[in-house]
Amino acid sequence: MPMPRPHCPPRRKLPALLLGGLLAAAALLPAIASAQAVSDPTPLHYRDAAEEARFHALAAELRCVQCQNQSLADSNAQIAHDLRREVLTLMQQGHDDAQIKQFLVDRYGAFVLYRPPMDARNSLLWFGPAVLLLGGAGVLVWVVRRRSRQLQPMDNSEERW
Amino acid sequence: MLPELGQILLVTALVVAVLQAVLPLWGAQRGYAAWMAVARPAAYAQLALLLGAFGVLTAAFVTQDFSVRYVAENSNSLLPLAYRYSAVWGAHEGSLLLWALVLALWNGAVARWSRQLPVQVLARVLGVLGIISVGFLAFLIFTSNPFARLLPAPLEGHDLNPLLQDPGLIIHPPMLYLGYVGFAVPFAFAIAALLEGRVDARWLRWTRPWTNVALGFLTLGIALGSWWAYYELGWGGWWFWDPVENASFLPWLAGAALIHSQAVTEKRGSFASWTLLLAIAAFALSLLGTFLVRSGVLTSVHSFAADPTRGTFILIFLALVIGGALLLYALRAGALGNDDPRRGFMATSRETLLLANNLLLAAACAMVLLGTLYPLLADALGLGKVSVGPPYFGTLFLLLMAPLVALLPFGPLVNWQRDQASRALAMLAPWAALALLLGAIAYFMAPQGALKTAAGVTAAAWVAFGTARFVWSRLRGNGRFTAEMVGMLLAHGGVAVFLAGALLVEALNVQREVALSPGQSLQVSGYEVRFEGVDHQQGPNYTADRGHMRILRNDRELALLHPEKRAYASGGQMMTEAGIHARLTGDVYVALGEPLGNNAWAVRVHIKPFVRWIWLGALLMALGGFVTAADRRFRRP
Amino acid sequence: MSDPRPVSRPLPPVAIVIGVLFFFGLLGLMIYGVMKSGAPDRDVLPSALIGKPAPAFTLPVLHDPTIKVSSNELRGAPYVLNVWGSWCAACREEHPVLTRFAETKRVRVIGYNWKDEPADALRWLEQLGNPFVLVLADIEGRTAIDWGVTAAPETFLVDASGVVRWKYSGALTQRVVDTQLIPELDKVERSHANAQTTLPAAP
Repeated sequence: MPMPRPHCPPRRKLPALLLGGLLAAAALLPAIASAQAVSDPTPLHYRDAAEEARFHALAAELRCVQCQNQSLADSNAQIAHDLRREVLTLMQQGHDDAQIKQFLVDRYGAFVLYRPPMDARNSLLWFGPAVLLLGGAGVLVWVVRRRSRQLQPMDNSEERW
Repeated sequence: MLPELGQILLVTALVVAVLQAVLPLWGAQRGYAAWMAVARPAAYAQLALLLGAFGVLTAAFVTQDFSVRYVAENSNSLLPLAYRYSAVWGAHEGSLLLWALVLALWNGAVARWSRQLPVQVLARVLGVLGIISVGFLAFLIFTSNPFARLLPAPLEGHDLNPLLQDPGLIIHPPMLYLGYVGFAVPFAFAIAALLEGRVDARWLRWTRPWTNVALGFLTLGIALGSWWAYYELGWGGWWFWDPVENASFLPWLAGAALIHSQAVTEKRGSFASWTLLLAIAAFALSLLGTFLVRSGVLTSVHSFAADPTRGTFILIFLALVIGGALLLYALRAGALGNDDPRRGFMATSRETLLLANNLLLAAACAMVLLGTLYPLLADALGLGKVSVGPPYFGTLFLLLMAPLVALLPFGPLVNWQRDQASRALAMLAPWAALALLLGAIAYFMAPQGALKTAAGVTAAAWVAFGTARFVWSRLRGNGRFTAEMVGMLLAHGGVAVFLAGALLVEALNVQREVALSPGQSLQVSGYEVRFEGVDHQQGPNYTADRGHMRILRNDRELALLHPEKRAYASGGQMMTEAGIHARLTGDVYVALGEPLGNNAWAVRVHIKPFVRWIWLGALLMALGGFVTAADRRFRRP
Repeated sequence: MSDPRPVSRPLPPVAIVIGVLFFFGLLGLMIYGVMKSGAPDRDVLPSALIGKPAPAFTLPVLHDPTIKVSSNELRGAPYVLNVWGSWCAACREEHPVLTRFAETKRVRVIGYNWKDEPADALRWLEQLGNPFVLVLADIEGRTAIDWGVTAAPETFLVDASGVVRWKYSGALTQRVVDTQLIPELDKVERSHANAQTTLPAAP
């Protein structure tokens, strides 16, 4: 499903058909319009360094909705340009990060957040590692306890770093 | 004619691999010396055949034989010669052939440098490696044949993906595969140990060098990938926790735990079953990574095109090999005997510290696996489309590694079996205080990101001082440094350098994007970036808009950079080449955005302090692994 | 140098159970992943607007920008909204299918011209034919963000009360129209008819 001039680093190429066939097919297509969507390439204008830093930090937490796993900050996709502009506008209108994130989630779904919300649905994700760590720590304590009960005086001839 | 020769070589290699797998393993079970003796020559033969097949594919690329489908898809008549060589592994089929070749190289290396191994052990190790070879060769021949023909041959090929037309492609995959595939060797040794029913110090002296070398190569491979992404992709990032990056990082974490566990098992005879399990896990993660990247299960810019047939094949192979290994482990690990309960230790001992080390590395490994697979899991459970990205991985990884970094300097200083906590604490306390002091100074001096800067300085200084304290202790003692110790010092020193680079660049990096006309400058972080215009250039297979950016500091010129925007003749897609002024204290990184009319351009500038320390640190870690492997002790019979 | 064979200690059953569960769980997940990876729509982002009211908007008409159409005016009957641009190759591909569907006059098919120069868009419609009863123009793309548009072409089905019922990302094929759009449209029309007939009886 193509978009205006896909700018994301492309997926690896699928097996190509005979190039000749492709060229022939392309020649049949009437060359009607310009091949690019309307877009304003001027860089975004930040009011100060703090705003710029906040913008970059927020854009890094958001996902480009069109690309193969790229952040909103890094992507060159058309929709990413538009969304960056939108995010900055919202920021300059006084919304905080949480509100901006909610704005995007309302329109694109939870997919757009690189930091999944810490709710019941994602509890495995956020608390799983901690649970594992605690479990592992428990095993560690058990192992150490067991080994310390089996302590024998060490043979110094084996002493080696 | 030649591509068919390549196919014949592959099929022959498969037959040889089958022989290498079946005969020595059966021979070792039954004691048939003649069958066990097949192992070495079979390994050498496989290597020769695969070198041949690889050579045939390379020749097809160099001579631009577009009748071979793989060549037609990944090359074109304008592709420069150097990239024609590296295009061999630019996509799925060829990179899989590289995988098989690297595996054959390891097979050959084990066959060559194993004089001190008993015949039975060598037979088992090569036999297991043979099984793995059979799997990959079968996968190649039946689902991913690089020599398949495309008839009638097109006049012009498609092209090598422009992102890959770069020196980075020449070195990153081979290095990465040397590491990835290299974990097959400790895996094979582990299976051999389980079959034999014995893990002793001798077994460890054989295994440790191979494991350290494999981990060293993997470290280099990952570091090269990171460095390449940094300068090639145009936005100055060095790690994105992308699924394919994670796929290579998982075996690294397991491998790091493995080398430490091996050290304990060798010197103390304990944790043998943990060591074996980690050896199986590290290779399992290698295979899992290979599966994830090639099956299309995960979404990533790096991944190869999705093909469920291929995915199914690797998955079956993975399930059989790892399932079999784990079954064997469950049945035999208990009877190993070297998990000797007589070798006890107290809570304050190096054993405990290394156990903690491995626990934290294993937890980090599990976390990365969970985060990588979670979107798929959420989808399977009907929880919708969820994204898990750098904010998740970065946060949790930091939390898990913080205790590890805190404990790291204690490891080498604390005695085996029994020690007093106060002893090591007394040795290190002043250095901890100094590290904190340096951190505090950094906090107040940092132009931004004060807390992260302080954390980075403290962590790096702490590890560096702790490591140096060990050197001092040793010098004051008997003054002897084994290669293993030197390797440890290099690796831990590398950790310190890496910590400094990673944390400081995240804290201190500055990014600006502005519109500039020729003659205009951007002032950022004390640098002046003067835009001097863009001209048009013709490359061998692309046309480029080439920018001229002069970098000055205090009115002194430092560099003239040439960021480019290239349009490749084959696909027309635009590639950004950054211009980088690289220094040990930091990089000035410039990329061109879009033209704005009237010769003005959007220009992106990143200032990246200490970013090179990341790869320098990794280089030191890899070097440490290689030096450790060279320890004379491992060559004792 | 090896130690004498001491006591054999089997693995704790807990560990084995956890191991087995983990192995088969992971295997199951991978099998699911492989099965899904073959599907062509695996990367498609499902719409966050399904079941929610369509975004409120006021957009100019392509053919006469002085006329503005607002979302309220479109209520009362369902409509299909098709997001397209003259720069978009796949939009050209789906054009015949869309035209065929529009000619059945079953539902209003409204065009949403996204990030396009009006001149280019008009020329495109002239050359390929205009299947739309109305074409809205969103040159900046601001309103498209409210619709959760990620690329072109995308097609929405909105019911009579203005609730989004269905979204398809990608070029429409006859198969998609027959197996997805038409059944969804049936549902929408049925529920609309039900709503109409459940008016309270006149006293």
